[in-house]
Amino acid sequence: MSDQPLMTARGVTKIYGERIGCEAVDLDIYPGEIVAIVGESGSGKTTLLNCLSARLAPSAGSIYYRMRDGRLQDLYAMGEAERRFLMRTDWGFVHQNPADGLRMGVSAGANVGERLMAVGERHYGRIRDTALDWLERVEISTDRIDDRPNAFSGGMRQRLQIARNLVTGPRLVFMDEPTGGLDVSVQARLLDLLRGLVGELGLAAIVVTHDLAVARLLSQRIMVMKDGRVIEHGLTDRVLDDPREPYTQLLVSSILQV
Amino acid sequence: MSDPLVVSGVAKSFTMHLRGGLRLPVVDNVSVRVARGECVVLGGPSGAGKSSILKMLYGNYAVDGGEILVTHDGETVDLARASPRQVLQLRRNVIGYVSQFLRTVPRVSALDVVAEPLIARGHDAEASRQQASALLDRLNLPHALWSLPPATFSGGEQQRVNIARGFITEHPVLLLDEPTASLDAQNRRVVIAMIDEKKRAGTALLGIFHDEEVREAVADRIIDVTAFRPAREAA
Ligand SMILES: Nc1ncnc2c1ncn2[C@@H]1O[C@H](COP(=O)(O)OP(=O)(O)OP(=O)(O)O)[C@@H](O)[C@H]1O
Ligand SMILES: Nc1ncnc2c1ncn2[C@@H]1O[C@H](COP(=O)(O)OP(=O)(O)OP(=O)(O)O)[C@@H](O)[C@H]1O
Ligand SMILES: [Mg+2]
Ligand SMILES: [Mg+2]
Repeated sequence: MSDQPLMTARGVTKIYGERIGCEAVDLDIYPGEIVAIVGESGSGKTTLLNCLSARLAPSAGSIYYRMRDGRLQDLYAMGEAERRFLMRTDWGFVHQNPADGLRMGVSAGANVGERLMAVGERHYGRIRDTALDWLERVEISTDRIDDRPNAFSGGMRQRLQIARNLVTGPRLVFMDEPTGGLDVSVQARLLDLLRGLVGELGLAAIVVTHDLAVARLLSQRIMVMKDGRVIEHGLTDRVLDDPREPYTQLLVSSILQV
Repeated sequence: MSDPLVVSGVAKSFTMHLRGGLRLPVVDNVSVRVARGECVVLGGPSGAGKSSILKMLYGNYAVDGGEILVTHDGETVDLARASPRQVLQLRRNVIGYVSQFLRTVPRVSALDVVAEPLIARGHDAEASRQQASALLDRLNLPHALWSLPPATFSGGEQQRVNIARGFITEHPVLLLDEPTASLDAQNRRVVIAMIDEKKRAGTALLGIFHDEEVREAVADRIIDVTAFRPAREAA
């Protein structure tokens, strides 16, 4: 167990004019750890995820990230170039809608290869081999490598988005409702794939989901949000089996079984 | 050397906010000590709080108060106050738990479910699967089932997968919640033998066994949890 957090956030607050996006959120995430963020619609999950992933500057609070060389860096104090590099190489971001995370007009192979080129890989043969390998790992038939994602099903697109994100060997992956728009059976397959990959690669991940079964399956820790605040957090099975807060009890009781 | 598991003054109640904040006291002042190589059995009627006690000792239920001291390699941690990461580390290395029912994970085979705790501790995957096979074999789980996810297994089959998963590691503390409840006589005897082996290896066991035969065979001491019944509150 590594004892230095990969990311440390304190007092993260985002105000949209009159509205509160999220408020006073603290979070430490350690290497290899999966944290789920759950809560009802509008509770601030996406806002928080966007703040943590350097996509939305918070109104207050601090977020530090441990770079590969061990330095702790203030996310919003680093230069734009350095932040972009981080987002392209050390991080992944899996969107609910694959069209937001893929380039729909280029081939599946190019979608995966592009991220490799961003980290400096120039050798065409190697890029193609790695892309083929990743398509296989996310269970997309390799003879589809030259097809565009337009021609893929929702589940395939989502798996391609995952391949595109993991190919550079990120240390931290952000996911916003990764199984959101998919059929239940397609979801199960995707979840199983994610679970396997995350374990195998030792990634840390922050996963936003409204589905407690997804949180149970993927995460070790869970944060429950309501009205922009974290109202309960802890070990995932503890929070789901012995919820303490009225709102968490309501969430847990409103589903059949998780 | 201190005992691997020393519980003192542990209390648990549930507050049901969806039922007007109804408070349900379950146990109070739970004190149990389990030595190396000892099997202590929790007895008492249904609803007395036996499973809740095991769940607190595994960090699955929060505690209202008291101490749960777990000692391993000369280091003592109070699980009642441990952080989630510490609890996970204790589960990985120190405390094993066989729950009453297996929680199935889609698309993961029975063999991998059993091998997983070893692999999580950094053991070689192939060697772990070998060990898993040996255990499933010993528990007479038909070979045809090994590569299938246990979701569709019978109660007794799932329970044997669960037992194998709990027994595969050498965790120094093992919690057992009615592991033999849905087993036939032959498999019950296999589990009794496996518990005996754990005791001889120095594992501290704390279990719940409704079955008289099993309890007689494995218990060094029986603690009646009605002794931990909370004082009645004014309604
Ligand atoms: N760009 C914005 N401008 C103004 N208000 C916003 C903006 N983005 C989000 N909000 C508001 O902030 C609050 C939190 O929104 P957020 O998208 O973080 O919720 P969420 O928990 O992700 O919800 P969902 O589950 O529906 O995706 C909501 O009240 C929302 O209306
Ligand atoms: N998560 C929970 N939320 C609310 N109440 C609970 C919860 N878990 C247990 N209880 C209550 O706590 C009491 C003790 O239950 P527990 O399962 O510990 O009993 P037990 O002694 O194991 O019973 P049995 O022999 O029937 O398994 C019961 O009244 C039960 O309803
Ligand atoms: Mg959202
Ligand atoms: Mg019970």
